[in-house]
Formats: sequence, C-alpha cells, structure tokens
Amino acid sequence: MTKSELIELIATKQTQLSVKDVELAVKTIIEQMSETLSAGNRIEIRGFGSFSLHYRAPRIGRNPKTGESVGLAGKYVPHFKPGKELRDRVNAFLEQEQAAVHDDQS
Amino acid sequence: MSALTKAQMADRLFEELGLNKREAKEVVEMFFDEVRSSLERNEQVKLSGFGNFDLREKGERPGRNPKTGEEIPISARRVVTFRPGQKLKARVEAYAGRESE
Repeated sequence: MTKSELIELIATKQTQLSVKDVELAVKTIIEQMSETLSAGNRIEIRGFGSFSLHYRAPRIGRNPKTGESVGLAGKYVPHFKPGKELRDRVNAFLEQEQAAVHDDQS
Repeated sequence: MSALTKAQMADRLFEELGLNKREAKEVVEMFFDEVRSSLERNEQVKLSGFGNFDLREKGERPGRNPKTGEEIPISARRVVTFRPGQKLKARVEAYAGRESE
C-alpha cells in the first residue's frame, strides 16, 4: 500500500471529507511524525507501536571504491518498535495461512 | 517534551487544516488502522518521505526461558520492520549533528 492508496482508502470511508482534505491530513500527520523524530522526540501510538531514535556510535568506515578509511561521526537513526496488538495481529494471520495450507493438504 | 500521540495529531489537524474535532480524530484513527490492516494482509506499506513498513518471516529458532534457563523453541513468526526513507534519515541526522556541536 502506498501513501496515495492510503489516502483513497480513508477518503472512501470518511465521506464527510474530500479526497483533497484527506490528502492534506495524511501529509500533515506524516510531517508531524517526521518533525517529532527530527527534534529528538518519541512517537507513541497505542495498539500500533512507538518510534524513537537509536544512537549509532562513531566508526571507521571504508570507501568501497578506493578502500580508503574514513571516520564516520556518531548519529541517530529512526527506530520502530511494533506494539503488542500489531505484533499479534500480523502473526495471527500467518498462523491462519499455515492452518489453511494444512487443511488443503489433509 | 512528552511523546507525540494520536490526540496531538488530531489537535494539529483541527488547528492547521480546520477539520472539526470529530473528523480530525477519525482521520488519525483511520490512518493507523489502515496501515495495520495492510500489514495484517501481509502487504508492505510505503509512505514516501517517511519510510516503509515491511514484513519478514522468521523461522523457528531455539530460545531459552531467561528465568529458569529451560530451553524452549521460539515458534516461526511474521514480524513488522520499519525502514526509514532517505529524507527522514537525513532530517534526523541533521538534528543529531546540531546537538553534538
């Protein structure tokens, strides 16, 4: 699913708002999430998961073309931890699919 | 600052876009519901400018009860992983860079 498919899905179900309104809303949500992480803050969505920053220590890297060593500074990278409900639901589907395969075989 | 939650996202849609409070709350709920449903269907989610939510299948592997030390297998499972996009990575790095100076 892409961002535009997400916008269309929401617009179909949210009949009060135009596609344009939903598009602006989705873009605003994503922008606010990016701003929050870029400011070093966390995002916590119950039933979905949380986003935070993980630190990567400084290291010596290598230019793959020349083999030359380069010092890379420490940095932060975005990290997502799925919440219990998302973990369980994604996994429940796998179990259902496997059960269906077993049924077909028996 | 405390963590960003759905309530604050709805507030911003109300203040910035003029959605009424009920619509704002619904759109935020639907956003996460639809992403979750897509992942449940084993369908990757790509939010350009932010990142991708991918699914990975993990085979059964040996595990251990950390309390008792007893060996118990960890069953095969499907997990969600998030790969931040270039734009988000660059923005986060820019912030971290400013902080350390």
